[in-house]
Amino acid sequence: MNRATFSFRPWATAVALGGLLLLSACERPPMDSVQHGYRGTGMVQVYNPRLLETVIKDNVIPAAQPPASPDGPRAGDVYQNVQVLGDLSVGEFTRLMISMTAWVSPEQGCAYCHAGNNFADDNLYTKVVARKMVQMTQTINSKWQNHVAQTGVTCYTCHRGEPVPKNTWFTANSQPQGSNFIGDKAGQNTPLKITNFATLPYDPFTPYLLGNEPIRVNGTTALPTGNTSSIQQTEKTFSLMNHMSSSLGVNCTYCHNTNAFHSWEGAPPQRVNAYHGIRMARALNNEYLVPLTDTFPAERKGELGDVAKLNCATCHQGAYKPLFGQSMLKDHPELATVSAPFVKTPVATPAVMEPIASLEAPKTTTP
Amino acid sequence: MAQYQNLFTTVQATGPLHHGVPLGPGNSPRTGKTPGSSHLLGRFGNAQLGPIYLGGLGIASLIVGTLAVNIMGLNMLASVNWDPIQFIRQLFWLSLEPPGPQHGLSLAPLNQGGWWQIAGLLLTASLLLWCARTYRRARELGMGTHVAWAYLAAIWLFLVLGLIRPVLMGSFSHGVPFGIFSHLDWTAAFSLRYGNLFYNPFHALSIAFLYGAVLLFAMHGATILAVSKFGGEREIEQIVDRGTASERAALFWRWTMGFNATMESIHRWAWWFAVLCPLVGGIGILLTGTVVDNWYMWAVKHGVAPAYPSVFPAVMDPALTLGGQR
Repeated sequence: MNRATFSFRPWATAVALGGLLLLSACERPPMDSVQHGYRGTGMVQVYNPRLLETVIKDNVIPAAQPPASPDGPRAGDVYQNVQVLGDLSVGEFTRLMISMTAWVSPEQGCAYCHAGNNFADDNLYTKVVARKMVQMTQTINSKWQNHVAQTGVTCYTCHRGEPVPKNTWFTANSQPQGSNFIGDKAGQNTPLKITNFATLPYDPFTPYLLGNEPIRVNGTTALPTGNTSSIQQTEKTFSLMNHMSSSLGVNCTYCHNTNAFHSWEGAPPQRVNAYHGIRMARALNNEYLVPLTDTFPAERKGELGDVAKLNCATCHQGAYKPLFGQSMLKDHPELATVSAPFVKTPVATPAVMEPIASLEAPKTTTP
Repeated sequence: MAQYQNLFTTVQATGPLHHGVPLGPGNSPRTGKTPGSSHLLGRFGNAQLGPIYLGGLGIASLIVGTLAVNIMGLNMLASVNWDPIQFIRQLFWLSLEPPGPQHGLSLAPLNQGGWWQIAGLLLTASLLLWCARTYRRARELGMGTHVAWAYLAAIWLFLVLGLIRPVLMGSFSHGVPFGIFSHLDWTAAFSLRYGNLFYNPFHALSIAFLYGAVLLFAMHGATILAVSKFGGEREIEQIVDRGTASERAALFWRWTMGFNATMESIHRWAWWFAVLCPLVGGIGILLTGTVVDNWYMWAVKHGVAPAYPSVFPAVMDPALTLGGQR
């Protein structure tokens, strides 16, 4: 018997190590899968319970301030330069200011928006932005109920205790290297979180959440009937849908029946909410954020000098409903409707604006 | 005595080096007058390396092929600002994109798809030259030209994707990008655009032939290894002179599935399955967008796709009532 000796051990070790290396980017099982369509059609939501734990922890709402009395003088009468929310009582107004400080600038306090002792002063850009954002919040809650329903949003939905919301976007440079001869990136082919590390276009927001490009690219009839959508357009739509999926922490099947992505028949009703969400993001970017372009200082702007804008992740932050559907709006009815322009009550002596002790930054309790 | 029944090669028969058959007129001399021999190569195939025959077709194919790959590589390198480290790190993401839809079938500016057109032309030339080379080498050795035709089946799919279908669609923007991940994302987008490629019957056939070819390869490889202790690897002789290995192998498959291929026909099965995979796949791609716009709707129309009970409350497309951008 002339059998060559062949040692398996080093090979087996190499294969095992190589296999582990290849698997190192994967999430470990088990996953939870939740069926929500007809059996056998793949209409399931797949959740990683370990990752979901973090998302749940990140989406806890803070306790509301104790309610204030609606009686007494109006804020617009007592304070100067109150352009929104002037019809609130001083107590309600103060309560909202305290809440906003806790939601947006808990570390910086009132001084983040109010310069010095004159709280009426509009010198700080942050105050002008904050006023616009209050108007935006009111618009979302009153005009976009087909997306936010009665749950609504508050400053906290996006800000979560940070002056700049964690998830915003700027128009991206499609050809960062600047050569017009060789090496065109075509706005894609870059490993980025925004595309979930695909090679899809990395700015699906400018065309759809600022511009008004058609999102629907699929053929809708068996035979060609004039749909000329290109593969390039399809990849852009694909990238937007990717963003929606990762922002909400859901699969494609949350809104689509994947046997026919285009079809509304047999698709989950959530797709209707998503439809309005896209229109809402587009409208808010154009009506509230772009007009603030000159207000923001250069360091808050993007590479191309544009203002930070919102997308699905700005509110959703990994949850299928922002804050998992817990409503903070019910404690802040003043944010639910667009305030009518406040008309000052005629008074004999104008009230003098005094800094109010309770407007100081709320004491942050650090355990 | 050497035993020949195992999964890995343990025995290497070393004989005198072989230079091949005499070549006819018009053949350039072969490269490597003294073939080498390597034990390591012998573990995987034949221990003898060379002589290599390059010839005019081979050299031409390598030159245009190298040019094509360099155009792709330099574009990728330029897209990361000529940083070699980023080139390696991002290699799987980097890509050379086809022209945009606005350029139609015209020559696009170099940086807006022109490089893609040039690289595609050179790569096509390289593949066809290499195919001609396999054809001519086979003829010179007095062989059949099965390899060249099988190779042409793959080239057919390549040309459908990058040339024939784009021409029929009237735009090179329908071509496939040259890149690792980008061509995969292209494939996903292609299926999304044309209503789910899984309902394309030619796609289904292509997958059947792909998996079928793999299955046949596994069955055949396993059969021959299993009867190699009876001399089963001498298949070709056993086509005309059935020996005990062949008889046992045939009986094994008749016992287990009632039917067996022969030592000859199994190779026809394998060749046709492999060739039909890209052949029908190419037909499926060619029909997509040109004559079928949504494969799911097509499958519904022709009773291919089943209807499932609806479990969701019926909703209407809001764009129908609200108007506005879809």
